[in-house]
Formats: sequence, C-alpha cells, structure tokens
Amino acid sequence: MTKVSMTVNGRAVSAETEGRTLLSAYLREGLRLTGTHVGCDTSQCGACVVHVDGKPVKSCTVFAQDVAGADVRTIEGMANADGSLGVIQQAFQDHHGLQCGFCTPGMVMSAAALLAENPKPTEHEVRHYLEGNICRCTGYHNIVKAVMAASGQDVSALAAE
Amino acid sequence: MPKDHGIGASSKRREDVRFLTGKGTYTDDMNIAGQTYAVMVRSSVAHGRIVSVGTSAAEGMPGVLAVFTGEDFAAVGGNPAGWLINSRDGTPMREPKRPVLAHGKVRHVGDAYAAVIAETYQQAKDAAQAIADASVIEELPAVVNMAEAVANASNRVHDEIPDNLCFDWGWIEDNRAKVDAAIKSAPHVTTLELVNNRLVPNAMEPRASIGEYFPGTGDYKLTTTSQNPHLTRLLVAAFVMGIPENKLQVVAPDVGGGFGSKIYHYGEEALVLAAAKKLARPVRWTAERSESFLTDAHGRDHVTKIELASDKEGNFIAFRTETLANVGAYLSNFSTATPTFLHGTLMSGPYKVPNVYVNVKTVFTNTAPVDAYRGAGRPEATYSLERVIDKMCRELGLDPFEVRRKNLLTPDQFPYQSPVGLMYDTGNYQATLDKVCEMADVAGFEKRRAASAAKGKLRGMGLSTWIEACGIAPSNLVGVLGSRVGLYDAATVRVNATGNLSVMVGAHSHGQGHETVFAQIVADKLGVPESSVEIVHGDTARIPFGMGSYGSRSLAVCGTAMDKALDKIIAKGKKIAAHMLEAAEGDITFGDGKFSVAGTDKAKTFGEIAFSAYVPHNYPLETLEPGLEETAFYDPANFTYPAGAYICEVEVDEGTGKVDVVAFHCADDFGNIMNPMIVEGQVHGGVGQGIGQALCEFTTYDENGQLLTGSYMDYAMPRAEDVPFYNVDYSCQTPCTHNPLGVKGCGEAGAIGSPPAVVNAVIDALQRGGHTHVTHIDMPVSPSRVWTAMNA
Repeated sequence: MTKVSMTVNGRAVSAETEGRTLLSAYLREGLRLTGTHVGCDTSQCGACVVHVDGKPVKSCTVFAQDVAGADVRTIEGMANADGSLGVIQQAFQDHHGLQCGFCTPGMVMSAAALLAENPKPTEHEVRHYLEGNICRCTGYHNIVKAVMAASGQDVSALAAE
Repeated sequence: MPKDHGIGASSKRREDVRFLTGKGTYTDDMNIAGQTYAVMVRSSVAHGRIVSVGTSAAEGMPGVLAVFTGEDFAAVGGNPAGWLINSRDGTPMREPKRPVLAHGKVRHVGDAYAAVIAETYQQAKDAAQAIADASVIEELPAVVNMAEAVANASNRVHDEIPDNLCFDWGWIEDNRAKVDAAIKSAPHVTTLELVNNRLVPNAMEPRASIGEYFPGTGDYKLTTTSQNPHLTRLLVAAFVMGIPENKLQVVAPDVGGGFGSKIYHYGEEALVLAAAKKLARPVRWTAERSESFLTDAHGRDHVTKIELASDKEGNFIAFRTETLANVGAYLSNFSTATPTFLHGTLMSGPYKVPNVYVNVKTVFTNTAPVDAYRGAGRPEATYSLERVIDKMCRELGLDPFEVRRKNLLTPDQFPYQSPVGLMYDTGNYQATLDKVCEMADVAGFEKRRAASAAKGKLRGMGLSTWIEACGIAPSNLVGVLGSRVGLYDAATVRVNATGNLSVMVGAHSHGQGHETVFAQIVADKLGVPESSVEIVHGDTARIPFGMGSYGSRSLAVCGTAMDKALDKIIAKGKKIAAHMLEAAEGDITFGDGKFSVAGTDKAKTFGEIAFSAYVPHNYPLETLEPGLEETAFYDPANFTYPAGAYICEVEVDEGTGKVDVVAFHCADDFGNIMNPMIVEGQVHGGVGQGIGQALCEFTTYDENGQLLTGSYMDYAMPRAEDVPFYNVDYSCQTPCTHNPLGVKGCGEAGAIGSPPAVVNAVIDALQRGGHTHVTHIDMPVSPSRVWTAMNA
C-alpha cells in the first residue's frame, strides 16, 4: 500500500492505495466521490471521465499512483460556488439531456473539456467529440442540444434536416 | 401559451439536480459498514459437465470469507418462468429448473457455478480466478444455432428436453385452416425470411446487488438494480429462497437504465442474501461490463418467415408467420411471454386484415437467456410486417405510402376486434401518416435525392406505420393467457399535516422521470404546487405492492392507480370540509385547491383540510376518521394502443456500403400528454435504440457458444455520430378510452417503429440506385452487408 496524494476539486486529499488501484476506485471508494461512474472498465463508455490537469481522462483506466500530485476535477466540482448548477449542468437540465443519469457525469465532464477547447462547436463537432461517451437513454439528441446551448448557441430550431 | 406547471407542462426534472451534481445514489455508490465483496465464478465454456469445483484453491487466500457452489443451493427453489405457454397440441411448455448457481452442468458462457466472498473486491476477484483455474469442467458440444438445436436431438441443453424445444405455439390455432386457405387462393403472396437480430440491452449502469441480514430480527434487505422491487421480492422470497415475504425488504434506488434487462430476478440477488446471512455481514456484488454482456437477459433473436397474401392492388388478405425464437439456456422470468403474447397478438398491426396466423417455436440454446428488451415482441412483429409490406409493394409495383394508407384501419372502425385477439379501443392511423408525410416533406424527396446523388450518395426513404399494445396489463386477460402474476399497480397518497404530500407509487423510475411527472399530475388535480409533492418509489418498505415499470405501463397503470387514490383523497376532503363548514357533504365542491360550499363563499383550503385531518379536535369520530391518506389499486380494463408513423431517410455510400441516417421523422399518437419534454426524450431514446438495432448492434456467438461481441470494443453501440437529430410530433391524439388520464404510454414506441423504417429506407436507396436485385438485408445493415448485397 502506498499513500497517494492529489488535489481533487480544489481540496488536497490523500489515501492508501494498492499499485493496481484505479483512479476511479480511488475517487469512489477512497474519497467516497461516487458521482464518477464505472460503466465498462475498458475506456469505452466514458461514464468515468474526470479532468486531470484540465484534460479529460477515463478514470477507469488510469492508476491512481500515476496521477499522484495532479489536479483532478470530478462532477462533484462542477457546480457554482453557491451550489447552483454550472452552465453546462443547467443546460443539461433545461434541455432534458439526461434520463437515468448514469452516463451524465462523464457527459458533462467531456462537454466541459470540449467547450474549453472549442467554445462554439458545431453539431458535428459535438457529436464527434462525444464518441467516447455512450448514452443508452437519450438517443443523444438532447445531449448534443444541451452542449450547444451551453456554448451560447441558439438551439431552438434544431431538428432533423 | 404552453403550460408552466401541472399536466401538459414541460416541467424540468427535479431528479436531474442530483444526477448532474454527482449526488445520485445508485446501488454501487452505497457504502455499508462491514461490507464484503462477492465475485462470481463463471463458466468459460458454453456447455459442460461440472466434474469438480476448485473451492479448495481459495482456502487460505487473503481475505476470503466464504465460497458457495451450486450444491449450497440445491435444496432451495429455482428462478421461475412468469408465464405458462401451452403448445399447439395442448401440452405445457418445458420448464427446466434455473438454479441460483449452476449445478451438474453449465449451460452458457458466463453461467455462474460458484461465488466467493472476501473482505475486498480485489481479494474476491483473485480467489474467483483461483477457483476457476482449479475447477474441472468437461466441455460438451454447444447448441447455438436454433435450427440445428431443434433438428439435432442428440445434443441437449437440458438433458430432459430431447428436442431443445420449450414450446410450439400457434396463435390463433383455430384460424390456421382459414388462413392457409386464404393464402392458397390469394392472387399474390409475398414471402420474406428475416432475422430480428439479437441485442444486448446495455443499460449503462451494470447490474449490482447488496444483501444484508439482521440477525436480531431475522430481516433481510436486498438493494438491487431492479425495475420492479415488489416483483423481485416475490420471486426471491417465495420462489427461490423460501424467506417469508414480510422479512425481506427490496430497495431499488437510483437505477441507471433498464430497458427490460432489470425486470428479471437474477441469481446474484439470491446469492448476496444467502451470503449475508451466513456471514452476518453485508455482501455486495457489482457486474463488470463483460458480465453484463454474458449474463444480462438479451433481447429479440427471432428467425422468421412471413407471408403476406394480397390482391394485385395491394389489399391485404392474410399474414402468416413461422418463427424460431431463442430463449437461451434458461427461462428468464418473462421470456415465454415475449415471443408469444407480446408478439403474436400484434401481428395484424394497424391494418384491416381478416386472416392472421402466427406460429412460434421457442428454442433452448447454450447462450445467455433472452427476454423482453424495449418493445419486447412488438418490435419483432412490426419489423416483420413493415418489411414484407415494402417487399410486396416492390413486387406489385405499388406505392408503399398508398398501400399502407388503404389498408390502415379507419377511425370509424374502433373499437376494433383484431383477428389475433386484441380489442383496439381508439386510434387515427391516417392522421399520424398524414402528419409524418407533412413533416418529412415527402413531395420534396426527389430534390433531396438529387442533392445526395450530386455528392455521390444513394438516398432512400423508408416508412413504417406501427402499433403496440402496452399499459401492461389486464390481469383477468393475461391470467387466461398463462401469466402467473397480476399486472395491476398501486399508489398511496399521504397528505401530511402541513399540507404537503408523499405519494408512494408501485412504478419505478430508472430514467423516465416519474418523480417529476407524477408530481405534475398530483399538483394539477389537487391545485397544490408541484414542489409540495414528493414521489416515493423503489422501496418495498415504503410503497404499496405494485408491479414496477416496463411495457410502457407506468402512467397508464400506476398513474391511474394514483389518480384513483387522489379521487379518494378529494372524497375524504369533502367529508372533512362538510364537517368544518357545517354543510352537507353533497354540497361541497372541490376546485382550485379549495373545498367550497356550493353557491356560497364559504370555503376551506386544501392545507386547512389537511391540518384538520391530523388535528381532529372536534371530529364526529363515529362517522369521520382522522387522517388523510388513501391507497388505490388499479387493474386496467384493456391494453392501451399507441400508434404512429415514422419516416427515415438515409444516404448510402456505394463505395463502402456505409449507411447514414440523415433524417428521422416520428408522428406518434400517445393519447394525452403529461409532460411534452419527457415524451420527446422517450421517443428520441427509443429511436436511437432502433437505429442501433438496424445499423450497428449484433450479438454474435461462434459455433462453440463463445460470445464474440462481449465488450464495447466488439459490440457496436450507437454513438452520438451514428444518429441524427430526430423530428418528433405527438399532436395527433386519440386519448385512451379506458383510463382517466387518457394516456397510452410512450416508452417503447421509438424502438418499435424505427428499425423497419431504417431498413426500408436502405432498400429503397439501393433500388433507386439501380441495385434492383437487393430486396432485403438482415439487420444490422452494416457496411459489409450492404456492400456485399450491392455487389452480389
């Protein structure tokens, strides 16, 4: 067991881990931050996406030890300081961009990473960026709409061609 | 002006806030003092005789607390089938025992034959691997292909079932001779053989269960990923474990999607309870995604031959189908109902066709159990019909829009007794067809086709007109048909002393948004703010005995139970108001949240009545009980019949065979709409899954019964880039005639209507592109299949 320290959502944390402990397990079991979900264990579904030093990372395939000292942000760190929903979170609620909620943390974290890179993405750019996040409930329609709305674009007329 | 609250408003979902902030509580998020971890030991072969289980390999391994094998459960019951089907000759279906852990034989890859409990997950996983390595399983030839399973009597999934046949069902058997004769004498018969591809439901939250046992009271608690906690309790307590029902609490907390796969009871639920009792500690189990692929009940998997008899003008005379339906290695709880009464009864579709006969042979194979998946039987029926109709139109040179239009039932024909046993209460199928044609600008298709051609793409348009029977289900009817459960639902409305409400419902939300929509209905009816209504679901200790959510039943059945309980609340409120206002009960009216004496200005607010009910200082107790809480059970008089018309447009790349869905239009009739935003979301999700089935998803076993598509790297889930924005309309509304809300259900529609629209569009594109020899391609219509068909 090794003590691994990092910053999570602005707070310095540390926990004893095995070498094989994944970042997702470190967050969920070590820190009880269970908003980060594990949906596939193989880096495919994206429910586990968190930000490591500002970049989106699938936490189910990163060893906690490998990101010791990093600045990690999870879904629990996405609300405004007063506890109200952040812009992306609010857009997901306003546009019904979630149903069962399981993929949602990863979707929000990926969307945040996209908008940080590309503040006004096109529909195609949103869909392409989210290829590593699987949702089974929404058919993606309202997720894409929510991400575009969160970027300040008018989505009122969006439908099929 | 759209409504901003109550029925018909797009109220934002209250549950979203916890999901968006990481504060949801899914089963695996729970952390219970003293918890231990279970890992299942699963078969790596599809079919084998268990010679020895290497339990001793785990002895002494770090953290190992207990090991279970099939032997430990030999004395308890099996996981039962919920629906008895009789074969055409009257004999009952074959029902092999489905044990908690395999005993004697393993029957599919992933079949669990042992389980290990340890202090940590990793210790349990290490020990499970050691047991697997030390176990001896003599591999037997696998039964995988359905036709071979039936033909090869020497190779048996269950030793006592010689032909691997569960049943051979005819619907309606008395019609068979008449249908045969009609087909024989018809001017034209179109025949199509097709496969309804096997799907893995893939709820994004893997199954998980936590068992707890409280030695002081002898109570058990099961926290589990279930769509129906009371049904799970009944199955676990009464059938499998022999626990008194009142000593088992089942909690289904936040559940991350179900799509059918979480209706059923699975062996892991019994295992964690048994282990919790043995160890007197909580025992938790969470599936890895590969376990979900191997052991969640799969969907569809039909091989069908359908014949459509018509005159030369395309007027339907008869439909006849023969289907082989895979049930996998064991009977999952509703696996026998799905290919029969959820499939055969829909085989006349929305059409006036006098002669219909359906034959289904259900087959055991060495694959994962197959059961209801979103739509469940109805997508299979719709796909067969809508594909063969298009093929007939092509053979006779007829327009598929006009052929459907002239065969659709007309509004004056309702109520309509179908030739396959259902009584459609109401509908207007022309209206949804007209609407979708307008939405899709059918007249402008040629221009769009030319634009696609200019880009080097073949463009096609596909139509499907569909119907389903949902709002499952009238108990008296399903009882006659073999169901072993009733399919009512229940709700308890508790008005608290301060005037807010706790409403306990038997339906379960695993994404549908009941906490919001049910509160809208309560608020509308009682004239109270939505924010004062709390919807409680998913805990057998808190809710009345309801049957959960599947089959688009939550609003139509549980919503109606809730509506009836609200009627009782109003009736009791009137009694209280009559007492408080010193008026006759018959003179009290209720509206806008107030109980008033008719023709006077005397009134009491809902809040005043609620408070009085709990502070009954001067009640005439012989005639007026304190309290304001009512329960209602509701058993529907009929199914509900949502229907609609879908148009899909695709572009096909002739060089690669890749299909892109470029437009998708849905005109649905769901009856009255409670929350438009949520209805649209349900249709989006259903269509997304339908496009997934049509273009991407395919569950493949090799000849040895090894699952070749066991992860998201092999199983093609639709992703954001694979689907378009959907154009959705629900303005054509013929309210359900037999429930007070007039609702029909919208959860499965998209998955039912969309696959044939997609495939019809692909075939249309190829035909228009000159590939006239291509009349059918089985789903998924993948690039390789399309390219191969084009170049055959």
